[in-house]
Amino acid sequence: MPEADVRRQASELKFRDPAKARALAEKLARLCEAIGREPIQVMHVCGTHEQAIAKYGLRTLLPKPLDLIMGPGCPVCVTDLPEVDEAVALAEDGKLIATYGDMLRVPGTSKSLAEAQAEGARVEVVYSAAQAVELARSTDEDVVFFATGFETTAVATAAIALEDALPGNFSILSAHKYVPPAMELVAQIPQTKVEGFLAAGHAATITGWGIFEDLVERFGIPVVVGGFEPLDIMAGLVRLVELIRDNSKTVVNMYPRCVTRAGNTVAQQQMWSVFRTAGGMWRGIADVPDGSLRLRDEFAHLDARKKYKIDISRLLQHAPSALTEQCICGAIMSGLATPTDCALFGKECEPTNPVGACMVSSEGTCKIWYQYGGHPEL
Amino acid sequence: MCLGVPGRVLTVNGLLATVDFWGVQREVRLDIVDQPVEVGDYILNHVGFAIRRIPPEEAEETLALYEELLKEAESDMMAADLRGELEATAETEGGGGDDA
Ligand code: SF4
Repeated sequence: MPEADVRRQASELKFRDPAKARALAEKLARLCEAIGREPIQVMHVCGTHEQAIAKYGLRTLLPKPLDLIMGPGCPVCVTDLPEVDEAVALAEDGKLIATYGDMLRVPGTSKSLAEAQAEGARVEVVYSAAQAVELARSTDEDVVFFATGFETTAVATAAIALEDALPGNFSILSAHKYVPPAMELVAQIPQTKVEGFLAAGHAATITGWGIFEDLVERFGIPVVVGGFEPLDIMAGLVRLVELIRDNSKTVVNMYPRCVTRAGNTVAQQQMWSVFRTAGGMWRGIADVPDGSLRLRDEFAHLDARKKYKIDISRLLQHAPSALTEQCICGAIMSGLATPTDCALFGKECEPTNPVGACMVSSEGTCKIWYQYGGHPEL
Repeated sequence: MCLGVPGRVLTVNGLLATVDFWGVQREVRLDIVDQPVEVGDYILNHVGFAIRRIPPEEAEETLALYEELLKEAESDMMAADLRGELEATAETEGGGGDDA
């Protein structure tokens, strides 16, 4: 079989229903035409959405006026420098740090956890909070779980915190972030012109789609909750652009097989019994009021910040490198730039040698674009 | 970190379920799932916890994307994230269970 045929077959397989994909693309084009101006900017806030968009080349299917950008949807990327510094300081003070794999190479002010590890500090990769607890059970050393991620991951940390009989040498350094306030913040940045949000299906599995009603009401920006299949995303975009055309300020759930209005109330209840919201920086973006999750006082015994004196001052002595200063991750996550706007993209900065957090994480826009061949031109 | 993965429940023991993910059997915790889970149900697993019981009539549709991703090479990011999700679940002892 000629190679072109193989490739065509492969792409049809990915869509399973290429006719449907084409029909959705055509519908999008007609909708944009009806709106009759450009750009029509819509934002999604999920690394998995961006992976699927880049992997399946969905941007090549979008009509030119439609500008689909990724917002602050990468939890690793928004973990702030001083939060990484806290984990590095604890590791250097002899604690065993357990954390998700992507966190290792995220730069802190002067070093990453991987660099601390190379200098002799102990850092272990875990895939879940439960594995961090197992690690604590298997050793006498103090184990600190550096907990990152959005609400989908925070609920798992919460369930662990609520467990009976956790080993006394286990504690949590929470850098968890809460997405809805960050969406509000991005909606308010004067330079961005986000006209609609495509919200992440799995995060909404926990929070429910009802959580976006407030955002819609206050900012007048419609929200569509969408799944991760290429066709889910295309269908979500069609609905979103329809809402923009009709000036309809509402939330539409296009992922009913996983998302309900109320969401997972069991998980929410556990999450809010363990965490409270706090203000705090999202790296490179802004201080997001209520955008960080911190352990409540009742869980002080598990809170690494209360249990240990964490002194990051020695890490702040070093100015970030000149390259780091050029990183525009923050502008990318605010919807103001794309990776190809960065002079370092694919040159000084690539996945094996990342300058910014967006090139470290599998959910970071820069790494996703690098991996799947950049921004396919229309 | 926000890609969950669906699997079929083989056994339930208190807050622990043995779940089949395309022939791989793993333990998934049921602490925070939204509805009671029974043998034969499909759940969405995220970092070792079931976060949703998937309505049976919608399970097939949900499985499709994942099936395809699992065929991808190690280096594919979505496939790697998916494998990471499975690593977040505990290995079942003996790999037994009552798989039919
Ligand atoms: S390419 Fe690298 S340096 Fe440029 S914005 Fe992305 S992560 Fe930062």
